[in-house]
Amino acid sequence: MSSEVLPYTVEPHPVTGVYSGKLGTWLFLASEVMLFGSLFSALVLLRFSAPETGPAAWPATGEAAGLSWKIGALNTFILICSSVTMVMAWYNGKLGSLSKARMWLIVTILLACSFIAIKLKFEYFAKFSHGLYPSTSNFYGLYFTMTGLHALHIVGGVIVMLYLVGPGASLWKKDPEYYTNRLECTGLYWHFVDLVWIFLFPILYLL
Amino acid sequence: MGDAAEARKHFKSYMVVFGALALLTAVTVAVSRVHFGHHSINVGVALLIAAFKASLVAAIFMHLKWESSKSIWWSLGICGVFFVVLLGLPTWSVSDAPPNTAHAAWDVLPREMVMEAKGHHEEGGGHGGSHGDEGH
Repeated sequence: MSSEVLPYTVEPHPVTGVYSGKLGTWLFLASEVMLFGSLFSALVLLRFSAPETGPAAWPATGEAAGLSWKIGALNTFILICSSVTMVMAWYNGKLGSLSKARMWLIVTILLACSFIAIKLKFEYFAKFSHGLYPSTSNFYGLYFTMTGLHALHIVGGVIVMLYLVGPGASLWKKDPEYYTNRLECTGLYWHFVDLVWIFLFPILYLL
Repeated sequence: MGDAAEARKHFKSYMVVFGALALLTAVTVAVSRVHFGHHSINVGVALLIAAFKASLVAAIFMHLKWESSKSIWWSLGICGVFFVVLLGLPTWSVSDAPPNTAHAAWDVLPREMVMEAKGHHEEGGGHGGSHGDEGH
């Protein structure tokens, strides 16, 4: 059936030793490391080459710039929880329960949505209403670019998870293992998004 | 599913990592309140904790601890090398420059271009002071 159209969706590829979706996901994540890495690189360059004083001096950051570490920490905790619920979705798929896998996926989606809601309401919109924009300073330029790109990744993950909960779940009837592998690849991506936030939180909110 | 038993074995690790990540988030915040004398030490400590948290996520949640595919490890290894170069270049270029020259470009660019583009004037003596500067 489907595995005839696309080979090695379940069984490991003889050369790579894993099903191809997993290798593909890891290659994609490697490119993501470079994408986010370039922004971290920009942050290092801009911050450490800024003069000590004068108009081009590095502007106020973190709390001094008006960011709340409490909101940042809350969102960190929400993402950590969502990583665990994502693992639970895959785990229950492995154990053979689609209904439990879907339930954990839905919990993950809800956590992701609350992350975005908090980000928009208490951070982005609050900053805009105080006249703080990406153009305000180099710090805010990087803050909005980095957290914005990260938030887009969250939205992307939610779209994939919605597909897996909804129409994508029909794959379970045909090949539960193939579906569970899709859960695993989605999980890999999701944990990576969590991993990026683990670095963004201290760098932007605390230092 | 043959490896259901194996998945079951890892369940405890997931819960332990969850607890560790939550705890380390609190530690990150607490440690940022302490001043270690120099800002760069605070940065180092925060990055060390973040790196440890990240490796927990990668090892347990992303199953790298149990990953045996050489293709994946090679891809990640090469990615790691490029990542080090990517972050090493700005660090090196900044530290390599003679004192007070690395920022020269940034010193001029934001003031002359950004301020002009925004039509922004500094409050107070902005006119007299900054115009005198621009003459050079």
